[in-house]
Amino acid sequence: MSARRAERLINLVICLLSTKQFLSAERIRSAVPGYGDGDGSAQADEAFKRMFERDKTELRDLGVPLETGRNGWGDTEDGYRIARGDYELPDVELTADEAAAVGLAARLWESASLSQAAHGALQKLRAAGIDVDSHAAPGIEPRVEASDPAFQPCLDAVRAGRPISFDYRRPRAQEPEPREVEPWGVVSWHGRWYLVGHDRIRQATRCFRLSRILGGVRNAGQPGTVTVPDGIDLTATVADSVPPTSQTATVLIRPGLAQGLRRSAVPTGRDGPEGEEFEVSYGDPEALADRLIGFGSAVIALRPPEVRDAITGKLRQLVGT
Amino acid sequence: MTTERLPRLLALIPYLQARPGIAVAEAATDLGVSEVQLRKDLELLWMCGLPGHGPGDLIDLSFEGDSVTVTFDAGIHRPLRLTADEALSLLVALQTLAEVPGLAERDVVDRALAKIEAAAGTQAKARSGLTVNLQDRDTQRPDSDEHLALIRRALADRRALDLTYYVAGRDETTERVVDPMRLLLVEGRSYLEAWCRRSVDVRLFRLDRIDAVQLLDEAAVVPTEARPRDVSTGVFQPSAAHDAVTLRLAAGARWVADYYPCERVSEVGPDLEVVLRVADPRWVRRLVLGLGTEVSVLDPPELAEEVRREAAAALAGYTQGIQSSA
Repeated sequence: MSARRAERLINLVICLLSTKQFLSAERIRSAVPGYGDGDGSAQADEAFKRMFERDKTELRDLGVPLETGRNGWGDTEDGYRIARGDYELPDVELTADEAAAVGLAARLWESASLSQAAHGALQKLRAAGIDVDSHAAPGIEPRVEASDPAFQPCLDAVRAGRPISFDYRRPRAQEPEPREVEPWGVVSWHGRWYLVGHDRIRQATRCFRLSRILGGVRNAGQPGTVTVPDGIDLTATVADSVPPTSQTATVLIRPGLAQGLRRSAVPTGRDGPEGEEFEVSYGDPEALADRLIGFGSAVIALRPPEVRDAITGKLRQLVGT
Repeated sequence: MTTERLPRLLALIPYLQARPGIAVAEAATDLGVSEVQLRKDLELLWMCGLPGHGPGDLIDLSFEGDSVTVTFDAGIHRPLRLTADEALSLLVALQTLAEVPGLAERDVVDRALAKIEAAAGTQAKARSGLTVNLQDRDTQRPDSDEHLALIRRALADRRALDLTYYVAGRDETTERVVDPMRLLLVEGRSYLEAWCRRSVDVRLFRLDRIDAVQLLDEAAVVPTEARPRDVSTGVFQPSAAHDAVTLRLAAGARWVADYYPCERVSEVGPDLEVVLRVADPRWVRRLVLGLGTEVSVLDPPELAEEVRREAAAALAGYTQGIQSSA
């Protein structure tokens, strides 16, 4: 933004804050430097109109509550003003430790849009006289990254209450499938991002990994048409969509090998010369099979047969027999 | 960034008014701009004011040495209220912090949250659509709380730690003395970032892979050349020094491109072709074995051969009829 435009916009804000009356565009044109007095030509008037429109949009984008209205029956066109009570940040007083917590919170986001927004919020709090130290090292630093291309469009759709459609690839599916969703919320759980909502095609609540959304997110309805169920716990919905690890397999680990598996397994105490027996909990037998095969000949699954068979099946394919 | 100039200009007058006589350099640091830029901002504001724009209408600043004071604000008494995005980013972040066990004082975060929520007014509603849960994705060891307490104490008292640590890449447990730098919660995992005296470098240690922690009487000495790792692009940073492995992933293995940082990802028919930088060949061998027929190793050929050999050895274990050692 040019310095001239910035100067004009600041003057516009000051002018509209200082008035209780609605000011017509013409009055604003003469009161705010930078719009040019014009020579009365239609061309100059047209240039002013365009400039003023752009300025109004810019201020509204910044969150300046620009009011339009008429002062009375005498007014023939809408005027503008900014209500001080709507413009100003209400009084906030934070103690030093509360301000430190806010500073730490603002550093949570690694994604561009959210960290920029947090930075803007801090700037306003500082302008309200609060000393927020955004560099203090508390020794513990949470970071949340949101680089999935689908993140921003999904969040925007949730906030607008607008249905969306997109192509979604399930983990083991060959081809992506089209989905149409009434979005309820965007959730980060265990370091991964999900969209939670009502799947219109399957007529059920569904969770979608944002990283599996392919291509663009498209509008599939009007804003304000999504109803989020009362009292829904979005995180719990995501947690419930992941299979629980409620089953137990028994494995034999060769002496001294597969340290990584030993750390998450429980020894049964039944050890022999072939190795030591452990119990491993799992949800999906295929996923456990993949994990155990990773340890090669160091680990042999003993029970249950579904895991054993999954492993031998995969190994035969690998060996090519 | 020029797009951020207008909000900064609007914030600047109330900011200075709250801090009469502040040094220009200090204000610049606080607002995240150079001193030169801040002086330009002040010059611009000096030209702005109430309609009429006479001497008594303009924003007035008085400079004394390197410090500045606002003597007339032309009606910009307070900062602009928070936008919906600003309210969302701060409130969701505070809510997230409040739910991390043992992070900051919970009641302090709750109080800050309530105050910011009140200040955000109707904009606070926006936050309900975004939820972040920082709970660790891995099952924690039963003694992990104890480990965390010791690490926090070491950070607070600046003491060195003796770690027993499981290195997944080599599938072995190691012993080392480290000088703690910070605790990081990122990508759903907790890490201790520390100067590792054994590797003479900064290292990230996953908390769920720490088997034992001992607080040493020794002071932690983090060398001045130790730089905190930039984790904005992921925890693992592939380097050209690591070996490149090229894999072709079928549908069932496409998740690999989601989970591990790939140097190159390209669609080849229905499959994905990826290049991974691998710090330890044993790690990639385990990964490829576990993926079964969903993956083929394009390069290096030795890896493909090794995987086949290992699979044959593992299969032999099953066909030899091992049922139970009991």
